[in-house]
Amino acid sequence: MTRTKVWIASLATPVMIALLLAGSPSVRAADQPAAAKAEVKIDNFSFGPQTVTVPVGATVTWTNRDDIPHTVVSTDGVFKSKVRDTDETFSYTFTKAGTYPYFCSVHPKMTGKVVVQ
Amino acid sequence: MPDKKHDLIDQQLQDFNDDGVDRRGFLKCMAWAGTGLVWTMSGGIPVSRAFAKGYGKDAGKGGDFSFVQISDSHIGFNKPANPDVTATLQTAINKINAMSHKPDFIIHTGDLSQLSKPSEFDTLDQALKGASAKQIYFVPGEHDMLSDNGEQYLQRYGKGTKGSGWYSFDHKGVHFVGLVNVANLKAGGMGSLGHDQLEWFEADLKGRSASTPIVLFAHIPLWTIYPDWGWGTDDSEQALSYVKRFGSVTVLNGHIHQVMQKVEGKVSFHTAMSTAFPQPAPGKAPSAGPMKVPADQLQQVLGVTDVNYVVSGRSLAIVDSPLADSGSSASRESADVDSTLG
Repeated sequence: MTRTKVWIASLATPVMIALLLAGSPSVRAADQPAAAKAEVKIDNFSFGPQTVTVPVGATVTWTNRDDIPHTVVSTDGVFKSKVRDTDETFSYTFTKAGTYPYFCSVHPKMTGKVVVQ
Repeated sequence: MPDKKHDLIDQQLQDFNDDGVDRRGFLKCMAWAGTGLVWTMSGGIPVSRAFAKGYGKDAGKGGDFSFVQISDSHIGFNKPANPDVTATLQTAINKINAMSHKPDFIIHTGDLSQLSKPSEFDTLDQALKGASAKQIYFVPGEHDMLSDNGEQYLQRYGKGTKGSGWYSFDHKGVHFVGLVNVANLKAGGMGSLGHDQLEWFEADLKGRSASTPIVLFAHIPLWTIYPDWGWGTDDSEQALSYVKRFGSVTVLNGHIHQVMQKVEGKVSFHTAMSTAFPQPAPGKAPSAGPMKVPADQLQQVLGVTDVNYVVSGRSLAIVDSPLADSGSSASRESADVDSTLG
């Protein structure tokens, strides 16, 4: 029993290192903008995080985790998702620096912002 | 008849009336009986009356009539809060068909569908074909305009309407106006009617006698219930300024999936239950999402609204009944009324 536990612990460490390495391109997004990614979750009629800051070239993916459909629509007309039902996603790649406010056109009280640097 | 509750509501209305508003023509009042809420509006001395099962049986004589409001059918929704919204819509239709007085027509205050899909609209149409009242008036909810700026909604339900689907009609001396406050919504805002519709609305009312009873219906409430959840309409105040000179104005809305009401001057506001799923009371949950209740209680928080117009008394009575009768739903609705008036 004890031996099994030790075995799991020793396996876990290299796995964690591997995961950290795999995740490094997005962590060091500024150095490799093409691979940069960010996630925004839609939960309880709100975008989280409400403001996400990414480098130029980053792709932001929104996932709707509510039981109700939402949209992701740029206030300035830059991007506009189709209606996203539960667990559906929308991605947009930001190629220019700037601040991109957006909202859910179905529930306009829901607002968020993408800052591209 | 829960007398204590009745007294409390009466007392609150009394306080409400002490705000300097002229009592003549004041819309009044409500009484609770079982699960039905009766809301009688009178052009003369206010009278509150209890809801009896036979109420409205005289409708149809002379110029009297009744109609039914249903709302928020969300056909296509299939999550745990109600995995079969078509069945509960059917139950609502059965309830309408079983009414002792046949309603002249049905008003659906929007969110017919969940995702504006043609198949969802088809299912709704098929179910509504079985209703005893053949004339059905619609306004869209935000769920009906998701994919195509409401083109499909207009083709199916908005023939002959203006703009994004607004219109008016007269029925036995009452002027009805269907308004659309779910189109072209702006970031950070609530419901919106927009300049074009407001202009049309003002012109539509012009020249009408102040004694004409007015019924406005729209999806999102035309009074601000809870701004944090967008439960209101940004430019409703302007719209309501146009109806100020009328002696009797009734505003029927949906969207919030629960009964709420308010009386302000000569205007009475009322929201209907959904036929699909309930939503939480304002601020009582992290968000306005579907509220899960035990399956055996679902039909107590869904329902239909029956509106009776009686010419002799110049009054309308609004009765909300859940799909399934239960004492617990009555107390739930009473609580809503209390918080609205309080």
